[in-house]
Amino acid sequence: MIDIDVRIDLNTSKGPIEARYKLHIKMNEFITLFGKSGAGKTTLLRLIAGLEMPKSGRLVVDDEVWFDSDKKINLPPQKRGVGFVFQDYALFPTMNVEKNILYGCKTGEQKKNLPKLLAITELENLASSYPHQLSGGQKQRVALSRALINEPKILLLDEPLSALDNEMRVKLQQELLTIHKEFNIPALLVSHDVAETIKLSDRVAMIEGGVIRRYDTPVNIFPQVESLFGEIIEIAENKMNILIGSSIISMNIDDKDALFYKTGDKIKLKITNNSKDMCV
Amino acid sequence: MDKEFIETMMLTFELATITTLILLLIGIPIASFLAFSRMRFKSIFETIVSMPLVLPPSVLGFYLLIAFSPVSVIGAFLGEHGINLAFSFEGLVIGSVIFSLPFMVHPIQSALSGIPPSLFEASYTLGKSKLETMTRVVLPSIKHGLISGIVLAFAHTVGEFGVILMIGGNIPGVTRVASIAIYDEVESLNYALAHQYALTLFVVTFTILLIVYTLNKKSIKGSML
Repeated sequence: MIDIDVRIDLNTSKGPIEARYKLHIKMNEFITLFGKSGAGKTTLLRLIAGLEMPKSGRLVVDDEVWFDSDKKINLPPQKRGVGFVFQDYALFPTMNVEKNILYGCKTGEQKKNLPKLLAITELENLASSYPHQLSGGQKQRVALSRALINEPKILLLDEPLSALDNEMRVKLQQELLTIHKEFNIPALLVSHDVAETIKLSDRVAMIEGGVIRRYDTPVNIFPQVESLFGEIIEIAENKMNILIGSSIISMNIDDKDALFYKTGDKIKLKITNNSKDMCV
Repeated sequence: MDKEFIETMMLTFELATITTLILLLIGIPIASFLAFSRMRFKSIFETIVSMPLVLPPSVLGFYLLIAFSPVSVIGAFLGEHGINLAFSFEGLVIGSVIFSLPFMVHPIQSALSGIPPSLFEASYTLGKSKLETMTRVVLPSIKHGLISGIVLAFAHTVGEFGVILMIGGNIPGVTRVASIAIYDEVESLNYALAHQYALTLFVVTFTILLIVYTLNKKSIKGSML
């Protein structure tokens, strides 16, 4: 269980404001922080990681106090045990993929996660490559593996998919869901993409001007988006990719659907409460 | 080969090596402070570090000489403890460290400024201390800045003249370095020996620079492969 109730002064394009974040996250939830650029989404991630210090408030993760202004507790980032995937990936340029991933390992037990992570992220053949030799998608996977190898208490993702092309984006969205299921930890993703948010999140925190305006399921947050219109761009075995706006959503289909639909079909997707299994 | 010539050349490179090592030790923390500190009066420190770039060496040498003299507060204090820095090798080392400071600090500072803050933060979130982040992530990433600093500081110390003449004079085996010897031999119209010193300095510094830049280029190529 994660309880956040903190305040921090922010400098925005509209001048200085006091941001207040109040959020309650269950231990295995996938939360998306949704909002415009400059709304204060990344700041919240940085506060949780200990990279920014709140002005006041309290942050408790799994019954451990990470920050408490009254009791003057402020755990440094080193002791918080978060997995942070930065927007620019922040891979260490002088280390190869394997060394980057293993960098944070303290025990042999943690190092045992390497083969599993390399397999999930399809990086087995790139273990000895250096960051400058990797594509954007590969870098993102290394950053994700590095963040997960220590089995963190919480996974923080700062727009990790924003710099990728649509095809890579949809692949990594799926990987994120797989990894989230595998590691069973809470994840916070910063995004301003509606389709991506609907696809990935259990709940959405809508942030505006440094305040969480709404915190609810994607269906309730985006009631106007009862349905999404898209075009089928690819049908593969038990799966089809649908282009919605500038995002691609991948969804599972059965054999009957595979015969019924064809590439190029315009379709309407109805969003259900469990948006990860959107129905057609 | 002339014994005095060898002694002078040895002293020159000994001074440059010791100065460079000291500068490397103090240059990294100073460069880190200048690159990352958000202190209000940082510009004052930046100016002090950069002063030797524009200050005539004789000015620096003159004030150091005054400071080292037994009648000054510093000189008197040192004298009480049996230390006399004027016209000594130790005095030359202090003068050279101050004079070559910007040549070590600037390349390192510039390399450090180019490191994205997220690299530090990634290391911290992975549980690493500031010191470990510095030694395992930052220093390997600024290898080229460090090499440039070492080469520039070393070469600048080898070629130093004004400061050494002011605070060290020309004592064979103690403070007589190659650049002073060249001047001294020319004054004595002993061009052959002056030429011997000059050519040796030219060849040695050229070779050092050539080796360093070749290795540097190879390591850049290596990391690009």
